[in-house]
Amino acid sequence: MTQGRIRARLRLSHLYTFACTRPEATEEGPHSIEGPGYSRIVHCNQPLMHKKKPFKYRSNYISTTKYNFFTFLPKALYEQFHRVANLYFLAAAIVSVTPLSPFSAVSMIAPLVFVVGLSMAKEALEDWRRFMQDIKVNSRKVKFHKEEGVFDYKSWKKLQVGDVVKVEKDQFFPADLLLLSSSYEDGICYVETMNLDGETNLKVKRALEVTLPLDEDASFKNFTGKIKCEDPNPSLYTFIGNFEYDHEVYALDPSQILLRDSKLRNTAFVYGVVIFTGHDSKVMQNATKSPSKRSRIERKMDYIIYVLFSLLLVISLVSSIGFAVKTKFDMPDWWYLQPQNTDDYYDPRKPVLSGVTHLITALMLYGYLIPISLYVSIEVVKVLQATFINQDIQMYDEETGNPAQARTSNLNEELGQVDTILSDKTGTLTCNQMDFLKCSIAGTAYGMSSSEVELAAAQQMASDLEDQDVERSTDFRQKGKQQEIELETVVISKDEMVHKSPIKGFSFEDSRVMEGNWLNEPNADVIMLFFRILAICHTAVPELNEETGSYTYESESPDEAAFLVAAKEFGFEFCKRTQSSVFVRERYSASGQTIDRWGYQCTIFLKVLWASCREFKLLNMLEFTSKRKRMTVIVRDEDGQILVLCKGADSIIFDRLSKNGRLYEEDTTRHLNEYGEAGLRTLALAYKRLGESEYSAWNNEFQEAKTTIGADRDLMLENIAEMMERDLILVGATAVEDKLQKGVPQCIDKLAQAGLKIWVLTGDKVETAINIGYACSLLRQGMKQICITEISSDAKEVVKENILLQITNASQMIKLERDPHAAFALIIDGKTLAYALEDDVKQQFLVLAVQCASVICCRVSPKQKALVTRLVKEGTGKTTLAIGDGANDVGMIKEADIGVGISGVEGMQVGNAVMASDFSIAQFRFLERLLVVHGHWCYKRIAQMVCYFFYKNIAFGLTLFYFEAFAGFSGQSIYDDWYMLLFNVLLTSLPVISLGVFEQDVSSEVCLQFPAVYQQGPKNLFFDWYKILGWMGNGLYSSLIIFFLNIIIFYDQAFREEGQTASMPALGTTMFTCIIWALNCQIAFTMSHFTWIQHLFIWGSIATWYLFLFVYGRLSPSISGNAYQILVEALAPAPIYWLATLLVTIACNLPYLAHISYQRCFHPLDHHIIQEIKYYKKDVEDQRMWTRERSRARERTMIGFSARVDAKIRQLKGKLQRKQPSSEIHSPARSA
Amino acid sequence: MQDTKHVFQTDVMSDNGKAEKVDPMSSSTPSSSAGGVGSADSAAPRRNSKRPKYSKFTQQELPACKPILTPRWVISAFMLVSIVFIPIGVVSLFASRDVVEIIDRYETACVPDGYKNDKVTFIQSNLTKQCNRTLTVKKRMKKPIYVYYQLDNFYQNHRRYVKSRSDSQLKENSSWDDVSSCKPEDMSNGQPIVPCGLIAWSLFNDTYSFSLNNQQLVVNKKGISWKSDRDSKFGKDVFPKNFQNGTLKGGATLNSSIPLSEQEDLIVWMRTAALPTFRKLYGKIEQDLQPNDQILVTLDNNYNTYSFNGKKKLVLSTTSWLGGKNDFLGIAYLTVGGLCFFLALSFTVVYLVKPSIVLSPSFKQHFQVYLFFFPLNLKATRRPIVFVMEQKSRRTLSNARRTWNLSSPMVTVGLMG
Repeated sequence: MTQGRIRARLRLSHLYTFACTRPEATEEGPHSIEGPGYSRIVHCNQPLMHKKKPFKYRSNYISTTKYNFFTFLPKALYEQFHRVANLYFLAAAIVSVTPLSPFSAVSMIAPLVFVVGLSMAKEALEDWRRFMQDIKVNSRKVKFHKEEGVFDYKSWKKLQVGDVVKVEKDQFFPADLLLLSSSYEDGICYVETMNLDGETNLKVKRALEVTLPLDEDASFKNFTGKIKCEDPNPSLYTFIGNFEYDHEVYALDPSQILLRDSKLRNTAFVYGVVIFTGHDSKVMQNATKSPSKRSRIERKMDYIIYVLFSLLLVISLVSSIGFAVKTKFDMPDWWYLQPQNTDDYYDPRKPVLSGVTHLITALMLYGYLIPISLYVSIEVVKVLQATFINQDIQMYDEETGNPAQARTSNLNEELGQVDTILSDKTGTLTCNQMDFLKCSIAGTAYGMSSSEVELAAAQQMASDLEDQDVERSTDFRQKGKQQEIELETVVISKDEMVHKSPIKGFSFEDSRVMEGNWLNEPNADVIMLFFRILAICHTAVPELNEETGSYTYESESPDEAAFLVAAKEFGFEFCKRTQSSVFVRERYSASGQTIDRWGYQCTIFLKVLWASCREFKLLNMLEFTSKRKRMTVIVRDEDGQILVLCKGADSIIFDRLSKNGRLYEEDTTRHLNEYGEAGLRTLALAYKRLGESEYSAWNNEFQEAKTTIGADRDLMLENIAEMMERDLILVGATAVEDKLQKGVPQCIDKLAQAGLKIWVLTGDKVETAINIGYACSLLRQGMKQICITEISSDAKEVVKENILLQITNASQMIKLERDPHAAFALIIDGKTLAYALEDDVKQQFLVLAVQCASVICCRVSPKQKALVTRLVKEGTGKTTLAIGDGANDVGMIKEADIGVGISGVEGMQVGNAVMASDFSIAQFRFLERLLVVHGHWCYKRIAQMVCYFFYKNIAFGLTLFYFEAFAGFSGQSIYDDWYMLLFNVLLTSLPVISLGVFEQDVSSEVCLQFPAVYQQGPKNLFFDWYKILGWMGNGLYSSLIIFFLNIIIFYDQAFREEGQTASMPALGTTMFTCIIWALNCQIAFTMSHFTWIQHLFIWGSIATWYLFLFVYGRLSPSISGNAYQILVEALAPAPIYWLATLLVTIACNLPYLAHISYQRCFHPLDHHIIQEIKYYKKDVEDQRMWTRERSRARERTMIGFSARVDAKIRQLKGKLQRKQPSSEIHSPARSA
Repeated sequence: MQDTKHVFQTDVMSDNGKAEKVDPMSSSTPSSSAGGVGSADSAAPRRNSKRPKYSKFTQQELPACKPILTPRWVISAFMLVSIVFIPIGVVSLFASRDVVEIIDRYETACVPDGYKNDKVTFIQSNLTKQCNRTLTVKKRMKKPIYVYYQLDNFYQNHRRYVKSRSDSQLKENSSWDDVSSCKPEDMSNGQPIVPCGLIAWSLFNDTYSFSLNNQQLVVNKKGISWKSDRDSKFGKDVFPKNFQNGTLKGGATLNSSIPLSEQEDLIVWMRTAALPTFRKLYGKIEQDLQPNDQILVTLDNNYNTYSFNGKKKLVLSTTSWLGGKNDFLGIAYLTVGGLCFFLALSFTVVYLVKPSIVLSPSFKQHFQVYLFFFPLNLKATRRPIVFVMEQKSRRTLSNARRTWNLSSPMVTVGLMG
């Protein structure tokens, strides 16, 4: 608590040279706010003013639901009957009540009600969940100014514009607020905007000077003020407004605005005035409507429905014209129908009328072509598939206790067709934790632990070499040499990994510098300087943990924290910061060097001896910006020596070295390259000593520049800073590993092998994003990076033109590239992206982006994320998947074809990604299994299921039509009504559902081992028009076979030894038996995975048919009608019945069988080969071969771990060849 | 002990990869990065509530057989089909050939010469319709000989026709007035018709009598309908009533003193045929007929098929175990069987004889995997193969040679590119 008070007194604005120390607001004058778009007026502390128009603004109540109580029914019904098929079924159901229907009304209406009801119930449930969430948010409590300086709690939803609220530490802001004052005396507060842009580092907000006195409850007794500002808009990073207070007008800018859904951190409390409430707030303005998503297959199914509907119309028309013709010309002759005594329907004198009425009958009779049962089955299958996803134990995260969850079930198969993944960075790819891993000091590399990239490269090399060893086992000499490379690459052992240091942010291991051993190193003084730079050159604040007595550090960026932790471990513990000084507790001293010859025990002695606090007077701080890419502090140490300590990007530092400061440059550069190769983020450290006079001269100039007023002030400051950061002496370099979430690189690698493109959209800085790109192998050394940046110019057109030019140039460059291994990466930041997303540029931008192996967008707002997603989705026309964890990803998650939310530790927050997502997983790495296993399966299952469904209904429906032609187009069906009713309900539904639920072309392990198999989905090999038309053709063929073979076999002669001829029920039943057999055998041929369930369903369906026929025939003839005793008495004793069944079944399936045999032999698909390998158990017999084939089967990837490892191996091989120029010559000769 | 072990081993070696049973569960391939089941048990129990329960079903790991169409299976399957089908085809063809059938079309011949151009007037007139036909038996016909009448172009399957009957009325005397479904032949003179409906009304009424050498051949008209129809669908207590009393005369009249269950002509007629061309059983002749027997048929040509140009035929036929004469089934079986034989043969040819395989473009993309694939088949089918490869894959080629011992003379290796 004491610490907190000290910090509260600290004027932190002192630290910020450029960003916060602005000239007084009065100097700039207020914004001239006129005209439309700037109409909002807020009367501070006078909420009564906002009770009525024109100042009555929206309440702070938020609602994210799609429907309300009254709109649910009409809206949801509209949504449902938006589907073509449902509309058709509705029409059919309406007609079925009329006497024209060949079926009973119930059989038409019941399934429709079921389908629509199920979908609507699902919608309602989802909306209810959202509603409950809203209630929770709306009833959160916040302290507001009641009256007379008294603060009281009220719920968020009751908050009004103009209210003064007090927000305490770690609370969320209830609305967009104007910051008045904070617990810090200079009105600074720290804000975490995780929910807005996904960044976890803290942002500083600063109150106006004039409102600083309002820092306790009582002072609001008489406070009034007036804010004039812009109207609600979605831009998070801008704000224009004026604040009228005490008859003066002050300009407001974004740094005074606290946005709803961001969180107050490290600050005891703040006071603020509510400006935007509820849906007016910026974060809500950023919210995009949650669209109802439909999968690609489902959308394509609509087209198939159109095709089938046309077919249906055609055959219905044929049928009705046929009927009209027959009625007009033939019917008068058919005396047995009494044509003279007819009603309208059969009246030969009104053929047109009978034709038209028959059309309706026919449309319903052939309705089997458009199966409503398909929709029922798909719903059922998808729910079951979703259950499997939810139940997958391998996607269950032990740490957070979250299983994977399919929150909507209608996108399962879409998971198998993803082409582009758009990923958030923080919290998704990374844990936002940096680990200090290696460093290079005075040209010597320290740090034994290996980055993940190095580990993998080593493993891959080892297995590769093993392979070669077998080939060249005779040549021992060579083997020895190969091991040489192995040795020089990485030396690791498993034990080291296990005993990894438990300190957060520190994975460094090297006994040469740990435990004070650095004192024994040759350049101990440089090493000490190095550690001091780490401990001093930063902007962090230490926080004492009372329990453990150790310090934790609050810093703007996590790598600074990592440096401080590292410095602490090395013995330079940053322990205190005051306005003007930094205190570092040093445990060792360079003077210990003199006594190092006495050995280890002396060092231990020294450790205690030198544990003292050193004070470094902080003279100036030149802070880090993404443009400067460096940070400098000027300090005076206890000896009075002035030191300039600088850290920054290597290129920047190397440019600013003095002549004698380049002693270690060569070695350091080499190390930096190695670090970069290993996916680490690097910074170079440098220093110089400064004379007193030299410093004061510079300082005067600097102070002068600081106080100048005018446009070129920033430029001047920069130039002066530049003067100081010159003639530096290089000390060394650091390598920090941005801690990725578990398994991320491997997952990205697998996804890349599966042929997926990965875009990273992050709110982070460009550098951070690039570093992450390296860490997770989206970027690698040798990749050509295309950075699109905006030139600073006022004219919008100029900027835009410039960006367009950059894009064109880059495209040109890619076109001209000859190297097949060349890969490009596109990096673009938010501001530039705003231009690139404009209508006339975006097409070029997209074309460029698609050609690049990886795309990284930095500093993007939530809205932009959604826009990029839309661009990719609509521009490429392929399936996109967005994955993220924070509220800033919600827009993108909603916009993408599939949204995946990371259900992290925070649990279910308001408006967070999980609530908006279609699937939620606990960690990024589960995405691999979700896509490659479940996605692949679900895609194939649904695709095959839908194809089969069309096949089966065509095969069945067309037989009805053919029979029409033989029945005078009268609308008579050859089958009993019950057969037709049960056809879709009982007799063919379960096998197809088991296909949709249980089918596996290859097992899940194989899916993961051969990610390339996934490409079958994005390439849509199983649901393209060839496939669909093929299946329809197969259906047509089957229908012809079934009908005509039966017709001819049972033509007119006796079908039994007892001389009876086949009547309509007998023929119909036989035909139906053939259909049941043929369709079920067909599905058995389609499946490749039979568990007992499939066996039960397929053979059970056939058995059920016979059972049904038996039981139905046993029932009283008043129920069974013509089917009475048909099986027992008529059909079963007749051999021809069984022979016909056998013949027709085989004949129906023969072409399909021939086709798949042919395909398997001559054009096998990937999974066929794998199945074959598995079938012959080659993988078990010959493990090594299996592994090798696996590595060969992967897609050639430009990004990902493997690509990087390949590059590394190429590089190492290059080295080897240089060393052993003759080694390769022997091998081909020997093996030939 | 030693011995058996040895035998077992050689067995496996010789059988190399062709007939092992697939047990997917035993293959413990290394699980990939995503797998993490192993560590699951050690987890803290505090959050286990959400942890999915493990079962083979929910993890989609149920034991399954995964048959795949290997060449061996394909050829055997086609072969099997042809082996089964061809004999069946032959047998059914013989069965059909054994059936002796005499068909006599008489509808034109039985119209007097003067009415040849106006048959409808003739049939509707009150002229005598009797007609004599002579049938010659070509082959010996064993009893029972079935007598059929065959109509043509008669839509017994027309929806209006099919629906025009009342099953309940036929079955039970109590529902004699249930004629709602019988329109337009439901009521006559204000009284319900029994049996009502168009089907009954249009009952076939030609009659045949046969004599052989001036001796009457008895036509047995009992037992020509389905037993279940007689027992359960046509009531024993239902008698024809008010039948054919209307202004419009249809077909035959019924003896109103005989219950419907014994009116077998009606029962047969009421079983509507599926196609516009159909035969219906008229009766049985329980007597063998010898070749060259001349049968005199005396028939009453009453039924009007002239309105719709329908043919009428009288058919005498024996039956085999397959029923009447129809060669189609046998031919179809032979065709399908032959086709399968041809397919089996051509697949075999492809596997055994065809010296090289034209590779699709996709081969190049995946050829390393294929390289693996073909030798497998090689072991299974001993098929010579020419690898067509690009020059740059020479190393892979040499790998392949060594790994699968491709030096056997059966294999030619070619290079391309």
